[in-house]
Amino acid sequence: MTQRILVILPHPDDEAFGVSGTLAKLISEGAQVTYACLTLGEMGRNMGVPLIANRVTLPLIRKNELLEACRAIGIQDVRMLGFHDKTIEFEDKDYLDGKIDELIREIRPTLVMTFYPDHSVHPDHDATGAAVVRTIVRMPPEERPPIHCIAFSHNRETVLGKPDVVIDVSAFIDQKIAALRAHRSQFAIAEMLGGGKPNRKELTKRFGVESFYTYRFQ
Amino acid sequence: MQPINPVLVQEKLNLLQDQPLYIHLEMTTGAYAAHYDSSKHPAATFITNAVIVYTNGSIAGSGPYRVGLKIEHGGWVYSEGLTHWNADDGEQAPLIMAGHDSQGKLVVALQLGLTPFGNGTEEETR
Repeated sequence: MTQRILVILPHPDDEAFGVSGTLAKLISEGAQVTYACLTLGEMGRNMGVPLIANRVTLPLIRKNELLEACRAIGIQDVRMLGFHDKTIEFEDKDYLDGKIDELIREIRPTLVMTFYPDHSVHPDHDATGAAVVRTIVRMPPEERPPIHCIAFSHNRETVLGKPDVVIDVSAFIDQKIAALRAHRSQFAIAEMLGGGKPNRKELTKRFGVESFYTYRFQ
Repeated sequence: MQPINPVLVQEKLNLLQDQPLYIHLEMTTGAYAAHYDSSKHPAATFITNAVIVYTNGSIAGSGPYRVGLKIEHGGWVYSEGLTHWNADDGEQAPLIMAGHDSQGKLVVALQLGLTPFGNGTEEETR
């Protein structure tokens, strides 16, 4: 059976950090991936070094970076849902959940990936995860797809324990690095690793494992 | 974006006065400030596409710059720390000003336009 994966994240670049290696691996095994990116990250603070963007031009630049990252990963289907950056937690919940519900009905995913509510640091991350969980909890238990959640709060292991899904993505590090590099207005990998030209070993050490928590329905 | 030329920004401010304008005003420390340094107090605020009319608008300082706009009902718009603007976008273009820190990150923004600010890419795309 073909894996149908629905990834729901709020910002261009969330996919590169959180799920790109895992997606590249699953796609190489035949998975079909739909990525719903809720916003274009239009309130991001980074405009490139030197400055290549402003508040007005940033969304288009980030849209193109998103599409480039998705090509690098091999994602077959990218949806940009047009929500406004930083506003997900304030959005009309019926409207937001309705958009997610539509996607789930259309794609009938065998796996959903998103952020873990309350353990994902940025309010948009937490609100996106919460909306996905709310929507899936409303489904009959036997129809619910599993949800694999990214978490990176400082206290995640205290509260949630160790992640139960740990994926070695070192064989797909090239795809992951290409996805990260696509978001060039937002960060430079060399800088993230303390400057200099990072070698493959350093990159694999920093980015070679992706971990998720399977959401436990009460 | 170019480093602010206060003379040219003042000319643009003069052109835009006494008419309804869409404003975007913003200040932010970044959403991750406290995640990386718990002593930081994260704060951010923005208002987008409110409509204002100003009767007096000027730029002051020697860089980073301040802009003050005197609006109806005894009100004001004030922004400090502006470093860059969209110098080359032409007369119909909005006035876009921003303040970037030493790492290039946006800290403050003030934008005034004759048409609403959008993300320019609203359509759903596959």
